[in-house]
Amino acid sequence: MESSSENGSRPDVHLVGLRKTYGEVVAVDRVDLDIRRGEFFTMLGPSGSGKTTMLRMIAGFELPDEGRVELAGTDVTDLAAYDRDVNTVFQDYALFPHMTVGDNVEYGLRVAKVGKDDRRKRRAEALEMVRLPGYDDRKPNELSGGQRQRVALARAIVNQPRVLLLDEPLGALDLKLREQLQIELKQIQREVGITFVYVTHDQEEALTMSDRIAVFNEGRIEQVGEPESVYERPANSFVAGFVGVSNVIHRDGGTFTVRPEKVRLLAPGDPTEGLVVEEGRIADVSYAGMVTRFHIELEGGDRLQVARQNLEQTSHEDEGMRGERVKVAWRREHTVAVAEQQGVGQSTEEET
Amino acid sequence: MEATGLGAPKPRRSAGHRLADLFHGRPRLQAGTLLAGPVGWLVIGYLGSLAILLIASFWSLGELSGEVERSFTLDNFKTIVEDSVYRTVTLRTVGIAAAVTVTDALLALPLAFYMAKVARPSRQSLLVVAVLVPLWSSYLVKAFAWRTILSEEGILNWALDPLGLSGPGYGTLAVWLVMSYIWLPYMIIPIYAGFDRIPDSVLSASDDLGAKAWMTFRRVIWPLVFPAIVAGSIFTFSLTLGDFIAPTLVSSTQFIGTVVKSTITTNLPLAAAYSVVPILIMIIYLLIARRLGAFEHV
Repeated sequence: MESSSENGSRPDVHLVGLRKTYGEVVAVDRVDLDIRRGEFFTMLGPSGSGKTTMLRMIAGFELPDEGRVELAGTDVTDLAAYDRDVNTVFQDYALFPHMTVGDNVEYGLRVAKVGKDDRRKRRAEALEMVRLPGYDDRKPNELSGGQRQRVALARAIVNQPRVLLLDEPLGALDLKLREQLQIELKQIQREVGITFVYVTHDQEEALTMSDRIAVFNEGRIEQVGEPESVYERPANSFVAGFVGVSNVIHRDGGTFTVRPEKVRLLAPGDPTEGLVVEEGRIADVSYAGMVTRFHIELEGGDRLQVARQNLEQTSHEDEGMRGERVKVAWRREHTVAVAEQQGVGQSTEEET
Repeated sequence: MEATGLGAPKPRRSAGHRLADLFHGRPRLQAGTLLAGPVGWLVIGYLGSLAILLIASFWSLGELSGEVERSFTLDNFKTIVEDSVYRTVTLRTVGIAAAVTVTDALLALPLAFYMAKVARPSRQSLLVVAVLVPLWSSYLVKAFAWRTILSEEGILNWALDPLGLSGPGYGTLAVWLVMSYIWLPYMIIPIYAGFDRIPDSVLSASDDLGAKAWMTFRRVIWPLVFPAIVAGSIFTFSLTLGDFIAPTLVSSTQFIGTVVKSTITTNLPLAAAYSVVPILIMIIYLLIARRLGAFEHV
């Protein structure tokens, strides 16, 4: 695990030995984690990996069986949710259905007894920030899913919390809207400078948005690091499989992984120095527009996925290659040794 | 194609098939056929009897003959409005209906909240059954049970005696107690459904935004569950308003129901006119309830 307080400042969220069980099930198993001030931190993992339980313990909705939660250097383990300087954006938005958008956004300020003029000003700013100016008098049921999630975001941000917790906030939205909101969320986070702790099972979302990612599996953290280090240098076969495509091969008693976009199909006469070359048979070809994916059964055992960008080829002309024998190659430094781990080959497209 | 030829006779279609063809693509006919029975019952059986009641309330009793005279008069309504006995009974009945409604709402709120938001799922269904089971036993049995409990030598006095206390005995207080008990499930179930409709995350959100329990109740739970309380109150209020059995069994006090029952054999037109009073009260009550949003989610 990476050292977390390298820049000397105290971490914003400091979790020590957190453990949470539900009956026989261990949801979170003695996790230590530091989240830095102002960073966009993502907890990534399949459903049931403990990431949401972690978030709920930071928020104060769940009490840990063991361990401590510290926010900005203060132990808040025993504080109720309403006494913690964090706010949450829920997956199902959790807007108050009987209140207007404006009253929803003002709720935290009203509870905190902020004066009316100040309330109006901050509510207008928050709605401006989520690009819903003038929506004050609408009711939540008059809004689309994306708009509701923007209101939920405004309702949390308007309180200027120390840390903002987001529990799969884009999970219920369709792909196009999700991609757009990913970019907007990241912009808003840069603008307000609040520490974001983001929970998702979508590895692409995690790679796109995060400053750092923690990969969860069965109540533990497998790896913490920046997106490129988690993707390019996965610590073990679980991370290799969950973040990206599970391209795990076993050679000489070791376990290795190589990313599909790093592998090329060799044409006869291509130079091979500095490359790892393997022979195999094309088991399947799937055309995906931007790329074509080749599933290769290697002679030395294991399957490898190769993604080829469609620079020249435009259509299904590769379909006929199914069953052909090919040579594949990649640069030696792109082979990453990984620790063998249970849970290999777990689907990356798993939905909650 | 097989060579059955053009001249082959069309296969005979069954009667059911032809009936289905008749309805195919005729949504009005479909709906009309489906609704004919229920609507007929509603118009003839239900509204019809109400209409006869209304008509009878304008008849009168012949002074000498004692026979019902079928001529139009407003005398019955005049009596009800002007005679202080009827006014007192009306106010008393409305009062007891309101008292029962408030009592049941106060009892049902915490219980329904526990059922919907606190109890584990297994206990939740157990509690729903426990609330519904009393409805399976006869109303009369329950009222009689209370008559026994509240009697001079009943179990209540027996239990309270060592403490130097005694039960309320028969009377208006007993009517309030029995009615509150009997109609309680009709209040619990709508409120339980109302709580069940509030997502847990909405309550968490209020908590998360800094609101303590009381604030969450006042600003989030109460406004969301209020229409359900109004919906439940329609049952408790109207059922108490028209009842005559419990008042007869545990009191000798007069309510609208008991007065109608005792008048109906001696002066049918007057009884009919007095029956119109609770109907009018309920119409007003329902109009208010609609304004309060009771029908928006039911």
